[in-house]
Amino acid sequence: MGEYWYIRPGLEESVNGFFSAQPEADMALESQIPEKDFNQAGKGSAEVKNLLKRLGVNPGILRRVAVAAYEAEINVAAHSLGGTMMCRIYDEFIHIIFKDMGPGIADIEQAMTPGYSTADEMVRELGFGAGLGLPNIKKNSDALHIHSERGNPTLLEFLIYFMSDE
Amino acid sequence: MKLKEIVAILDGEVLLPEVDLEMEVPCAFSSDLISDILMCTKEPTLLLTGLTNNQVIRLCDMIDIVGIVFVRGKRPLQEIIDMARERNIPLICTNYTMYRSSGLLFNAGLRSCKI
Repeated sequence: MGEYWYIRPGLEESVNGFFSAQPEADMALESQIPEKDFNQAGKGSAEVKNLLKRLGVNPGILRRVAVAAYEAEINVAAHSLGGTMMCRIYDEFIHIIFKDMGPGIADIEQAMTPGYSTADEMVRELGFGAGLGLPNIKKNSDALHIHSERGNPTLLEFLIYFMSDE
Repeated sequence: MKLKEIVAILDGEVLLPEVDLEMEVPCAFSSDLISDILMCTKEPTLLLTGLTNNQVIRLCDMIDIVGIVFVRGKRPLQEIIDMARERNIPLICTNYTMYRSSGLLFNAGLRSCKI
């Protein structure tokens, strides 16, 4: 079983408190991510960004949410059999959850290594497959959790605080 | 640097005639890798790329791209041009390579975006 956790230093208490309580969100948004559909991929992330913009979230945070969500959305479209993106918006942060239908990540640590990619030729031709997707999600998140194993669905979720400085 | 100077330096073709060529472009970034572009673009930036698929335009929904230069004679399909029009993103085509285009613009004073 593969499990990966990253929490930005200083936020451990808040992040752990959130994941153990899992409170109800103020607002939620859900979208489907079909397998290898690069006409659709990215629309969900753009929608979330626009919603947060209307809510008055600052541009630096908007960019981080959009980039992390887009990279994760592309990962689901490029590497899985399809999945869903669920956004839960709270007062202080956004929690975005990606669930796919497999086939899972064989080695999460390896997949986190910048430059490592298993993208196929069709995906690479579109400009993806740089091996920076997961590192880019981590870089832009305040907390990142991945649960995956070969042959099974993958769960990837991250939190981004609206007030953080990074 | 103004967009019209960029068009002149690259001997470029403007694909959307309605764009404002007097627009100021603060800096640029060149890449054919989408993750690189996402990672490196943190301010309003001109993108030079050989990618012409719809995801290049989709990027403009995530990050602040002020215009796209398609290098080495690449030309996007009409649907991609229409997507750019909806977002008011200037599109320029040049026959120069990415290396040459970047070098010419850099020498003319267009700085690299901060990464």
